[in-house]
Formats: sequence, structure tokens, C-alpha cells
Amino acid sequence: MLSKRIIPCLDVRAGRTTKGIKFRDNVDIGDPVAMARLYYEAGADELVFYDITASSDRRDIMIEVVRRVAAEIFIPFSVGGGIRNLNDMRAVLLAGAEKVSVNSAAVKNPEVISQGARDFGSQCIVLGMDVKRVTPTETIPSGYEMVIHGGRTPMGLDALWWAQEAERLGAGEICLNSIDADGTQVGYELTLTRMISEAVSIPVIASGGAGVPEHLYEVLTQGRADAALIASMIHYGTYTIQGIKDYLHERGIPVRLAW
Amino acid sequence: MVIIDYQAGNLTSVVRSFKALGVEGRVTQDPDQVAAASRVVFPGVGAAGKAMATLKEKGLDRALQESFRKGTPILGICLGAQIILEYSEENDTPCLGLLPGRTRSLPRQEGLKIPHMGWNRVRFLKPHPVFQGLPEEAEYYFVHSYYPDPAQAAMVLGVTEHGIRFPSALGWRNLVATQFHPEKSGRFGLKILENFLAWDASDVK
Repeated sequence: MLSKRIIPCLDVRAGRTTKGIKFRDNVDIGDPVAMARLYYEAGADELVFYDITASSDRRDIMIEVVRRVAAEIFIPFSVGGGIRNLNDMRAVLLAGAEKVSVNSAAVKNPEVISQGARDFGSQCIVLGMDVKRVTPTETIPSGYEMVIHGGRTPMGLDALWWAQEAERLGAGEICLNSIDADGTQVGYELTLTRMISEAVSIPVIASGGAGVPEHLYEVLTQGRADAALIASMIHYGTYTIQGIKDYLHERGIPVRLAW
Repeated sequence: MVIIDYQAGNLTSVVRSFKALGVEGRVTQDPDQVAAASRVVFPGVGAAGKAMATLKEKGLDRALQESFRKGTPILGICLGAQIILEYSEENDTPCLGLLPGRTRSLPRQEGLKIPHMGWNRVRFLKPHPVFQGLPEEAEYYFVHSYYPDPAQAAMVLGVTEHGIRFPSALGWRNLVATQFHPEKSGRFGLKILENFLAWDASDVK
């Protein structure tokens, strides 16, 4: 039976990890390579790196981070943030990442999903979705809208429709981030996660809002997610991956317990 | 040791994992180097049709068949565990035929995600030097929509459940193959690669 994956997320700016609360007031936590190694040894099933470096001329710093991480850990990891085209994807994959995550670039130019899937395979193309709850309208019938720029810019695109469209274009996985829940630590957006997970056949990683292990239990059961992203819960030492997995295991969730 | 490059996916993690074990694999597209190698790694992700076309175009199909016949230890990974059989349902593709059998599509079922992506267990059915020293509760990283189904039960060393029970570790003579990715399966995956490096296949010749 497939285990539910627990995936630490590391935000990286100019080669250093940060953790953003609602994408503002980022505080420096540390060295991404050391943290990756730590989480690998602590039982992370996969890692997600999100490059929040603003200027694109510093992308080489992130590629160097990816290269160093790939030499240290032997589990899959994905890299997102600022991936605009096939060249960006290729650089990240050749540096040793297993997957690339495309977000706003895919909203603006959906071709990047199909091109990436064709050249590198669907299994390494993750669609990152930043989603905000809105009042349902004719154009946003699901009541969930795609947003970019950390939630500041609405895209006029229905999140449910976009998830299905991205699957059709060849995305291999969806990392679904609720802007409303992100950084709040009051729990994942269960309604959104369940809606998307039931609408697509590719795996869905829930993101945004985890504060206590029960939140993971909820999103992996009620939310129907295949994996859960965590950040603050473990970055500040409040919980360990082992502790979270033990909790989920006791509640009957299949998780990887030996590493 | 050679790592065969036939433009089927990213070899970086395979190369890095062996490097972490102290072995620099030579990444090659040259059939002569493959046939002459003392150890062959045959990785790969992607579609069977395109993969077989590339192998044939480069003459790597014959090189692999020769390595297998000569008794060179061979490790197939993922797509490399599928196209060693005679035929793949993916793109209706005649394959290498190192082992008898077919590669089949994982059956779609309500509530079951395809591709099978993530960590899952392997129940080993019999001992083999390449799969020794692994705890029963260990899990391995899978990403695939097709699975290898050898014609002879004796060739199935391990099985995994995802909707159905399918062969996830194969072994016959000097060939071993895993549907999962040992290079992405943490410490226990590295153990399999380490075991492969120490295996000369003399026990099965």
C-alpha cells in the first residue's frame, strides 16, 4: 500500500532558507543543504525547495544549492520558484532535482507544462497552485481562484478547472497551496484539497496551514491528499517528522516508518 | 561499470548515488563500451516506444543482449526493468527479450492514483545477494504506470501492492531489476546499489 508522504518545504532566498508567514517578514533559518540532510536523516519522504529569490540573475546560486543537495540526499526533491521555461527546467533537473514545480509561468503560458512533460516526462512536472477563496461567480464557479505574486494578483482562472487542464496538459502531480491558510498554522484548506484531489487522477500534495499533527491527519483523510507539505511545524523544532509519523501511524494512516 | 544513456530521463541521481558509494559509473551511449563493461546499469524513465527506438538506433539493444549472454552483472531500474522483457503494452512495443514476459499497464480502479507515485513496500519472495540486509518494513520510491510481468514465476524476487500485486523486483541469472528507484529510496535503496556493486553473479552462472 502506498504510503502518504510527509514533505518538508524549504523556502530559499539567495542560497539561504527562510520561512515566510503569508509571504511577508521572512526570517532566515539557515543553510538549505544542511537542513536537507537533516530532514533526509529524520525521515522526510521527499523535499520541496521553493526559490523566492527576487532577481533572476541570481538563479545560479539556486542551481548550486540543488547540486549540493543532490550529493547529500537520496530521496526525491522538487525545486520551484521562478521556473519559466524548458531551459530553467533542464538546469534544475540536470543539477540533480527529481522534479520541477511550475507556478505562475504555467498560468501565463500553459504550454510550459506540455513541453516539460514531453521533454522530461510527466513524472517530473509538478504544477504549483496558489489558490484563494472567493465568492463563486460565473467565471470562478468553484469559488477558488488562481492567484500569483503571493496572492496579491488574481488571475481570473478557476482553480478546479485549472487543475484538470494541467493534468490534461501533462502535469504529473499538483502541489496545492491555499493562500488563505498559508502560514496561519490553523489547518489545511480541507474543502479545496478534497475538491481538487477528487477531480484529478494525479497525486495532490496539500500545502499551507499545518500547525499540529492532527492537521495532517485531516488533510490526508477528509482532504483526500496523497501527501502533506510541512514547514513551520518542524523548522522551529515544535515537532519532529518521526513524531508526526508516529501520530499518523497510530491513527491508521500508512506512512513510511523505516529509513 | 557503465550506466547506459539512451535519452530516457535524467541519470543524475543514479550517477550521484553510485558516486556516494565510491564508484564513478561511466555514462555511455556506446554499444562497444557496454559490451566490454564488467558491470552494467540500465536505468530509465519515459515511454517504452521511444526508448526501444533509441536503443536500436544506437545498437545498444544488441550490446545489452551480449552483456546478458556473457554473464555481466546487469541492474535494470524502472523502465530498465520493463523493456528487458519481450514486449510492452506501452506503445505496443517489442522489447529486448532478455527475459520472457510482458510489461503491462497498471489497472485503473476507482480511488486509485495512476501513476503509482511514492513510497511502497516490497515483499521479497526469496533471498538474493542484491536484496540482502534489507528490513521487512523498508519502503522504496516508485513512479510508474506500467509493471513488468515475467512469464516465469521463478524470475519474480519481490512483489508490491497497488490495486493489484505486481512484480517489483526481478532476478534471473546475471540480471536483477527493480521497478522502484533504489537511487531515490534513501539508505535501503543505497544498500541495494551497494549489494549490486559487490555481486559478481557467479552464484547464478
